[in-house]
Amino acid sequence: MKTYQLPEVKIERDKDRCIDCQVCVRQCAFEAHIVDEDGEVYSEDEKCVACQRCVSLCPTNALTIKDNKPFVKDNANWTAETQKYIWKQAETGGVLLTGMGNPKPYPIYWDHMLLNASQVTNPSIDPLREPMELRTYLGSKPDKIDIKMVDGEPVLNTKLAPQLMVKTPILFSAMSFGAVSYSVCEGLARASKELGTFWNTGEGGLPQNLYEYGPNTIVQVASGRFGVHSEYLDAAAAIEIKIGQGAKPGIGGHLPGEKVGAEVSRTRMIPVGSDAISPAPHHDIYSIEDLSQLIFSLKEATEYTKPISVKISAVHNVAAIASGIARAGADIIAIDGFRGGTGAAPTMIRDNVGIPIELAIAAVDTRLRDEAIRNRVSVIAAGGFRNSADVIKAIALGADAVYLGTAALVAMGCHVCQMCYTGKCNWGIATQDPYLEKRLNPDVAAERLFNLVRGWSHEIAEMLGGMGLNAIESLRGNRLHLRSIGLSTEEMDILGLQAAGSPMA
Amino acid sequence: MKRVYTKEEACIGCRLCEVHCLTEHSRSKNIIKAHKKEFPRALSRVLVEELRPVSFAVQCRHCDEPVCVEACITGAITKDESGKVVHDEEKCVGCWTCVLVCPHGAPRRDLERKKVAKCDLCPDRETPACVEMCPNRALVYEER
Amino acid sequence: MSYVIIGNSVAAVGAIEAIRRIDKEMPITVISDEPYAVYSRPLISELLAGQVKQEMMGYRSPDFYERHGVEAKLGTRVVSIDPKKKTVKTEAGESIGYNKLLIATGGTPFVPPMKGRELGRVMTFIKMDDAKRIEEMLPELKHVVVIGAGLIGLKAAESLHHRGVKVTVVELANRVMATVLDVEAGKVVQDALENAGVDIVTGDTVDEILGDTAGLVNGIKMQSGEALDCDAVIVAIGVVPNAAFAKASGVEVNRGIITDDHMRTNLPDVYAAGDVTEGLDYLSGDNRVMPIWPNAYIQGKIAGFNMAGEDREFTGGLAVNSIELFGVPVVTAGMSNVDSDDLEVLKKSAGYAYRKIVLRDNKVVGAVLVGNIDRAGLVTGLIREQIDISGMRERLLADDFGYIDFPVELRKERLGVAL
Repeated sequence: MKTYQLPEVKIERDKDRCIDCQVCVRQCAFEAHIVDEDGEVYSEDEKCVACQRCVSLCPTNALTIKDNKPFVKDNANWTAETQKYIWKQAETGGVLLTGMGNPKPYPIYWDHMLLNASQVTNPSIDPLREPMELRTYLGSKPDKIDIKMVDGEPVLNTKLAPQLMVKTPILFSAMSFGAVSYSVCEGLARASKELGTFWNTGEGGLPQNLYEYGPNTIVQVASGRFGVHSEYLDAAAAIEIKIGQGAKPGIGGHLPGEKVGAEVSRTRMIPVGSDAISPAPHHDIYSIEDLSQLIFSLKEATEYTKPISVKISAVHNVAAIASGIARAGADIIAIDGFRGGTGAAPTMIRDNVGIPIELAIAAVDTRLRDEAIRNRVSVIAAGGFRNSADVIKAIALGADAVYLGTAALVAMGCHVCQMCYTGKCNWGIATQDPYLEKRLNPDVAAERLFNLVRGWSHEIAEMLGGMGLNAIESLRGNRLHLRSIGLSTEEMDILGLQAAGSPMA
Repeated sequence: MKRVYTKEEACIGCRLCEVHCLTEHSRSKNIIKAHKKEFPRALSRVLVEELRPVSFAVQCRHCDEPVCVEACITGAITKDESGKVVHDEEKCVGCWTCVLVCPHGAPRRDLERKKVAKCDLCPDRETPACVEMCPNRALVYEER
Repeated sequence: MSYVIIGNSVAAVGAIEAIRRIDKEMPITVISDEPYAVYSRPLISELLAGQVKQEMMGYRSPDFYERHGVEAKLGTRVVSIDPKKKTVKTEAGESIGYNKLLIATGGTPFVPPMKGRELGRVMTFIKMDDAKRIEEMLPELKHVVVIGAGLIGLKAAESLHHRGVKVTVVELANRVMATVLDVEAGKVVQDALENAGVDIVTGDTVDEILGDTAGLVNGIKMQSGEALDCDAVIVAIGVVPNAAFAKASGVEVNRGIITDDHMRTNLPDVYAAGDVTEGLDYLSGDNRVMPIWPNAYIQGKIAGFNMAGEDREFTGGLAVNSIELFGVPVVTAGMSNVDSDDLEVLKKSAGYAYRKIVLRDNKVVGAVLVGNIDRAGLVTGLIREQIDISGMRERLLADDFGYIDFPVELRKERLGVAL
């Protein structure tokens, strides 16, 4: 069918600079650059997804990708995007698919929160000169601890639940092998080990070669139960039950058969070429009690040696659900806001379901405190963390740590073109095509991830010191270090924030 | 001695090594000039072979017992004290004997100049251009 | 006492360089009847063509002898060897003692008995002086007949053609380069020569060289009866080992000096290398004279190592030839033109391009590439290492045949990549 969709970008090739080296041709899996019989290179705008791979690799900077949003007559309702979606569906009759997180201009509350700093009365701390503790422990803490004296020394008499020690409050969020390439997994695993933090297998299982990184790995048990077996659970530092994902709350997952090659097949324990379908719900979980059963099954299976996390999407009644999860016996609750990424999601769901992570953190933290069970669980927040300021604000709002997904991918080269679901990722990230996958050298991936988290950690230490704090745990839930700007009173109420300019209470 | 080694699992077949090798061996060393304005054009001494998904770069291995040195009829190719197999373009007459004997197929024929072009490990640089400019660290320069 | 090397071309250099890798002390004496420091003999055609200047003819840098501790007695002819006293005697009567001796005297052009061969301007073309002589008489040359369409004959023809001389090549076989090329490849090369304006006569030979009253060549008569006017004749039928003096001194000589796998002759401490020898042919397993530049270097190198006390074996020579005529490159390796039932031939041709691979038991034993010869060495390597090509048979004829077609393990080993 003749497409009515219009090119959204324009590829500009500076012919004075182009040396016809064809790097762009070879690098574009979408075939937006073509070489003709005379060896001359030209481009086809309509195929371009603006992933910027060609621009990044062009050795002469001859390429520029420009916004070429089709002009539609002024209409706030029937925008170019709206029309594009309609054309697409009129041509295919299918569900609109997309990748990555919600791109819509919903409020980003992080940008309406301001951090405090010390002046005179409680001096700030210079992290370059004084100890600064970014380490924290994730897991259930006892209601009280009992200490006995042995030979005049205090000794902890309470048996603690298993904990995950992270050297910085930043973990890598669940991204499954299958949705992302093996190189991504290896990069995440190696960086986690270097950083003293954790990566998360998602529901893709743990590739055999990465078992050595088990002590820095959180393994997921999701509704499809892919790749779950006893060695998998044993290898991990913690186990996460995946209930929901911020990008697509309420629905399952679908890894198309084309992405199920030999290694994915072995890891997920499914036949090569078969679609890997994760059902929307766990078919054995229809209540908090059912969830509790799974939590304790996993604890039994691993002899109570590992914390169990439960990951949910941030939805309207997230606070009550979190309370239920805490009471069901989880050690960690991971909450994924609606800006969280995905390899593939129906566009309408990604863009319209769920709530922002900022509100969810505050709501959950408040609720668990009100119920006096905040100590029973750690909270990991996820869903679109862009920089270290977002991270430290999340902790001040009440999270114990955060998960980075998209930011990690961007560090590795992702340019958020949102074409993950096509499997043609030119950056070697969201692909199983061996030709494309090679583009991400795990050495480079690990180094870039390490650098990113190291940089953010330094910044967090600086900001923490500025507030006069020397431990990240001292900031957790300390909302007095935040002030809001430009928010309504309802929003401020939910976030538990005072307006900028109001004095310390 | 340090040599350039290819890591085919990381080679992405972009051929930027060839582009930068050509540039490094041009008169101007300016990438755009070297490709568009210099005639005869310089020739890359590294060659990327590809059969998707596999690709890798091949250049002179600087052999311990180089057959090309033995075969060169003019004495243009010699092995210097550091172990480098060096090629004196002045002396080369383009007899292609090295092309015929190199088991790696490394010497390339520069038809414009009727001379052979081969890797010289970039004497003007600390690290050969192909290694330094590889976007995916698929080439390494090291002692093995 | 010293190492003594008779001859001063590539085999001598191979020996000197090898000796000095082991022994930096003992003097080396090189004796040559030519007055020049070592130069590249194959380049004399480029010299004649005016494409290479005299000062660029050196095969090694001017300080080569000094750096390698070599005394070069140039313009000195050795007439005999006394293996008992371990001395060589020069034409001038000087006696030079040796500890180890290398005979690397190369080949002498073969000029068959024919009427008129003693005439002025009947020449051969293998040494620098040959090129210089032709250069001197060039103004008087309008038409030159070259007898023999081998590598030397054809390069001579091309050089003269470049200098504006009309050339006719007369070849007894039915094609040019008959020893290494088959009919098809021969035709491609012949076409290139003829299109450039060189006349080629095949299946005929010169019966008589005709002379004028001054005793200078003025024509030839061929076996077929046809006669041609010409001002000079270059005889380029082939070379024979320059081993007469050695034979007279007790060195065992068949066609060339017989050498073992350490390049030793029958006489103690006397070695031989290069075109003067009859060495092992790697592919056939027989000993034969293989007058090929790289082979001479390797034999010289092996001899040098053994002379200096390092045990090195000569594993056999491989015939490789590379020649470019009027812009058409031709390379051959191994059994490029052997007919035998146990050989399988793969070939393809198009215009000036020809590619032929000869197989025996799934291994490459010979190759001819004309036109696109890029990366021919990959094929030569397959011959030298006798690698099973079962997995790459279909790709052997491809113009872009490469390492990518090799078995993975072999490729990685060759590229120095850990498996």
